[in-house]
Amino acid sequence: MKRRVFLVLLLVGIMPVDLFAQTPEEKGLAIAMETDRRDTGFGNYIADMTMLLRNRQGDKSIREVRMKILEVPGDGDKSMNIFDKPRDVKGTVVLTFSHGLKPDEQWIYLPALKRVKRISSSNKSGPFMGSEFAYEDIGSWEVKKYTYRYLRDGVLNGNDCFVVENTPAYKYSGYSRQTEWVDKTIHQPRQIVFYDRKGALLKTLTFKGYRQYLGQYWRADEMLMVNHQTGKSTRLLWKNYRFRTRLRSRDFTRNSMKRMR
Amino acid sequence: MSLKFNYLFYISFLLGICLSVQAGEWSGYIAGESRYFPESPLSANQYDDFNLSLSAQPEYRHEWDDGYQTFTFVPFVRFDQHDSERSHFDIRELTWLKAAEDWELRVGIRKLFWGVTESQHLVDIINQTDLVDHSDSEDKLGQPMFNLALIRDWGTVDFFILPGFRERTFPGSEGRLLSGGIPIDSDQTRYESGAKEKHVDWAVRWEHSLGDWDLGLSHFSGTSREPRFLPSTDGAGRFVLTPYYEQINQTGFDLQITKEDMLWKLEMISRKVQDGRFTALTGGLEYSFVGVFETDADVGVLAEFLFDDRDDNAATPFENDIMLGMRLALNDVQGSDLLVGGIFDLDSSASFYFVEASRRLGESWKLSLDAYIYADMPRDDLAYGFRNEDFLQLELAWFF
Repeated sequence: MKRRVFLVLLLVGIMPVDLFAQTPEEKGLAIAMETDRRDTGFGNYIADMTMLLRNRQGDKSIREVRMKILEVPGDGDKSMNIFDKPRDVKGTVVLTFSHGLKPDEQWIYLPALKRVKRISSSNKSGPFMGSEFAYEDIGSWEVKKYTYRYLRDGVLNGNDCFVVENTPAYKYSGYSRQTEWVDKTIHQPRQIVFYDRKGALLKTLTFKGYRQYLGQYWRADEMLMVNHQTGKSTRLLWKNYRFRTRLRSRDFTRNSMKRMR
Repeated sequence: MSLKFNYLFYISFLLGICLSVQAGEWSGYIAGESRYFPESPLSANQYDDFNLSLSAQPEYRHEWDDGYQTFTFVPFVRFDQHDSERSHFDIRELTWLKAAEDWELRVGIRKLFWGVTESQHLVDIINQTDLVDHSDSEDKLGQPMFNLALIRDWGTVDFFILPGFRERTFPGSEGRLLSGGIPIDSDQTRYESGAKEKHVDWAVRWEHSLGDWDLGLSHFSGTSREPRFLPSTDGAGRFVLTPYYEQINQTGFDLQITKEDMLWKLEMISRKVQDGRFTALTGGLEYSFVGVFETDADVGVLAEFLFDDRDDNAATPFENDIMLGMRLALNDVQGSDLLVGGIFDLDSSASFYFVEASRRLGESWKLSLDAYIYADMPRDDLAYGFRNEDFLQLELAWFF
C-alpha cells in the first residue's frame, strides 16, 4: 500500500517535468484548448460591428453589421449577421451553423426578394463585404479547425505571449499558415500574421482594447487588419456587447431570419 | 393616374400611426429608371423609344419586446411617363409579427417567397406578380394574410389564410411589354368562383433542413394567380383580352442539395385546374468557382431545365426549355455584380437573353443596367407577341 502511495506521489511529482517534455505540437494544442476552455459557457451574446474600409489612396467605406452568437455545446457556434450598411443591402441576414472540420451550414436572406437561400460555405478565402477580412477570419473559431505548433515565448507591446503557428485543417483556406501571439494572462490573441497559399506574407491582424465581460470572457473593442500585398486596411470596431440575452436556438432558424433586423 | 383617393387616405392614416409611435425606424429607396425599346411597338397606341419612370419604396419598422414583436409598413409607388397603368401604388407590407418560443404569428399584408430555382418560380404562389412593374415576374404585390408558423425539431409548418385576392397587374394600352400590343381589360375581369376576388384561399407549407438537404412541401387551394385570357371587346368596341381567374389546387415540392461548391435544385408542381391536372418542373444546378484567376472574384455557372407537361398548350413559354447563365461577383468594395444568360426553347428557335449588371456608387447609391432580348420567336410561340419588346434599362437608386 505504502509503496503504491509513494508511486502516485512520484508520478504527480514528475507531471510538471512531463509538461515541459511536450512536443511543440502538443504545447500548441494545449494553448488553444486553454483559450477555448476559458471562453466556454458564455451562452450567447450580441454585438454591433462597424467596419472601416480603406484603400491605398485613402478612400473610405463603412459597413455596419449586428452579430448574434449562440454557443452550441459539443459543436461550433451558431451565428446570425444582420447588415445595416451599406444601405442597399440593409436587412440582409446571414445564418451560419459552424462545425469543426465538417463544412459549415449557411443561409442568406435577401430582403428585396424575401428569399432565404442556402449557400455554399466553401468560399472561405473570399473577402467579407469587400473588406480585408476573409469569411474565414469572421467565422467562429473552433479548436479543431487548425493544427498547432508552439514556436516560442515573446513580448508584444509589453504583453507576455506564446507565439504559436496555426495551420488550417479545413478545406479551401486562403492561408498556408498563421503566426499567432496569444497573451499569457488573458489567453486571447494580440496579433495574427497571415501567410498566403504560396507562403508569402499577406496580412497582419492586431487586437486592441480587450475588455472582460461577466468576469470571464474577453472581447477586443478594435481589430485592425492590414494587407501588406495591396496596402488596403480594414478597422473593425465592436460596441454594445451584451452576454446571456433572451436568445435561444429557435432564434437561429431559416424562419427567424425573416424577422431579424 | 390609378392612384385612388382611398389609397391616399390610407397612406396619410398609416403615416400618422408611424409618426406617432416612437423608436421606429425609416429606411428605403427612391429610384429613377430609363427604358429604351429599339424596335417599334406592334400597336400604334404604344410608346416608342424612351420611357422615364420614378419609384419609391420607404420602409417603416418598429420593434418592441426585445424584437419578438414588430410592426412593418412598406408602401410602394411608381410614376411612369407613358403608361398610366404602370403609375401605381401598392402596400407591399403592413404586418404585425409576434414570435414566441415555438410559434410565430404574422397578421397583415405581406410578401414571401418559396422555392430554390432561378429561371422561374413554380412553387412560389402566395403573392400575385406585379407584372406591370417588371416583366421578369420578380416583383410581387402585397397579400393580406393570417400566417401561423409552428417551429418544431422536425421542421417548420406554416399555415396561411388568405382573405382577398389581388389581380395581376398588366401594362396599359399605351405601355410596352404588352403581348402583341393587345390591351388587357382588367375592368371586365372574370372569376370561376362566385365570390370573385373575395374568395378566401388557404395554404400550408412544411420546410426543413436535413444536413445538405433543404426541403419544402406545400399545398395551395384557391384562386389561381395566373389568369387565362378570354378574347372580348371593350366599351369602345376595341379587341381586348379579359383575364379569367379559375380555382386551383396546387401541390409543390422544392429541394436543394448543397455539396460544397455545387448546388442541386429542383422545384415541381402538380396543379389541378378546371379542365384537368398538369405537372411542371424546374431542375438544375449552380456551380461556383471561388477566387478565379487569383483574384477575389467568384464565377458561378447556372443550368436549369424547364418542363411543363401541357406541352405547347401551356400558358407558359417554358414547356421544354433550358436556361444557361453565368454570374460574376467581383467581391469589391462596390459589390459589382453581373448576370448574363439565356433561355432556349428545345423544340424551336425561340430564345430569350438577359444581362443584369449592378454596382454601388459611393455609400448609398446603386446603378443597375439590364438588357432583355427576345430572339427568333416563331409565330406559334407564346412569346411571339414580345418579338419587338427587346429593351435596355438603366436605373439609379438612392438608399436611405
